[in-house]
Amino acid sequence: MSANDAKIGLSREEMAQRVAMDIPDGSYVNLGIGIPELITRFVPEGREFIYHTENGLLGMGPSPAEGEGEPELINAGKRQVTAIPGASYFQHPDSFAMIRGGHLDLCVLGALQVANNGDLANWSTGGPDAIPAVGGAMDLVAGVKSVFVVTQHCTKHGDPKLVDACTYPLTGPGVVDRIYTDLAVIAVTDEGFQLVELSPGVTFDYVAERTGAPLLPIATPTAS
Amino acid sequence: MINKEVPSVAEAVADIFDGATVMIGGFGEAGSPIELIHALIDQGASGLTVVNNNTGSGEVGLAALIKAGRVSKMICSYPRSMNSTVFPELYRSGKIELELVPQGTLAERIRAGGAGIPAFYTATAVGTMLADGKETREFDGKTYIMERGLKADFTLIKCRQADTYGNLIFNKTARNFAPPMAMAGTVTIVQTESVVAPGEMDPEIVVTPGIFVNRVVQVQNPQHESVLVASGVSYP
Repeated sequence: MSANDAKIGLSREEMAQRVAMDIPDGSYVNLGIGIPELITRFVPEGREFIYHTENGLLGMGPSPAEGEGEPELINAGKRQVTAIPGASYFQHPDSFAMIRGGHLDLCVLGALQVANNGDLANWSTGGPDAIPAVGGAMDLVAGVKSVFVVTQHCTKHGDPKLVDACTYPLTGPGVVDRIYTDLAVIAVTDEGFQLVELSPGVTFDYVAERTGAPLLPIATPTAS
Repeated sequence: MINKEVPSVAEAVADIFDGATVMIGGFGEAGSPIELIHALIDQGASGLTVVNNNTGSGEVGLAALIKAGRVSKMICSYPRSMNSTVFPELYRSGKIELELVPQGTLAERIRAGGAGIPAFYTATAVGTMLADGKETREFDGKTYIMERGLKADFTLIKCRQADTYGNLIFNKTARNFAPPMAMAGTVTIVQTESVVAPGEMDPEIVVTPGIFVNRVVQVQNPQHESVLVASGVSYP
């Protein structure tokens, strides 16, 4: 744990918890694989979210108890899940009608890169040996009302994931609304990346140095 | 008299021909008609174009069909997943063709094909490399790309219960691509855990009406891909 102790910024769980705080009560939400999956553990008191998984379940519940799972009740990551009371099953065209038809309020996805115009790259590194696999990511970003990204601020090699132009193949152009990282919450605006909130113990300069495009300071409300 | 039940999986897939386009239901292992796929391996048809969301796992089911060299082209959204090694190897060595389609576009192409819609417009993939070469059109100030409906010579799916008219109900998230694929297949072949007489299934809960189904074969206790893979089974 010593490496974690020395680390500045939020843990994966804290990032998930921070995203959950911004999800309105009653939202229909699609969660991507990885950190987004952790959001289900941090639903704020007094709020209720309904989770959609694109392989045909609205009302996805937590993982089953050991030994109680079913091979035909799984999520988009092909892991066994449960269905909450009030859940529904449906076929793929209906599932993507929910997505493409603008019926889902929010999706929370991981990212390889996000550009300051909202471009998202999260499906392929474009490498010559990579097996391209897109799944439902392009449908989600094209159709869901709000798109949040939750990701580490930098790659394992320390390179910024928030950039001025994506170098990896795009999932969708201009689709990201907000980015939640270990260091900050950042909105994608017409003017580019705008800081919304710094993680505890993190300074503006620290975030700006690790962001591959200009970072606008927190918008101060105009005096009235 | 209408009775779509056939006595064995071998007879159900007997006329699948070389070069056929075959839609296979399932999302990962959920809904994968493993017994029908294994019967197709035994039957020997090759040069197949297969439509499925994935490419199977381990060396059973769809992955075994691919490993046996029977598939020349995959149309899918996510060809790599846990325990998926057969397709990636063949793809890297240029021995199998891949048409990568976003998942919702794949579902709608199949639905459209089955519904007599030759093409449709969608915002999915606009501005990405998967839109390259596709016709675009603006509607109400927003750009869309044209995608073609998709049909198949044969469809292989699994369900929980069928009646002898071919009405079907499914099991949880195993439903996924089966209903649109049943519509899009010229010959739709269904393996089902149980078969009942007409009238025993409540018409209000029928998911796929029998008009979309040609053959029904009972496989009472279907195998599960993850169980076979975990025990190291390789088919045949």
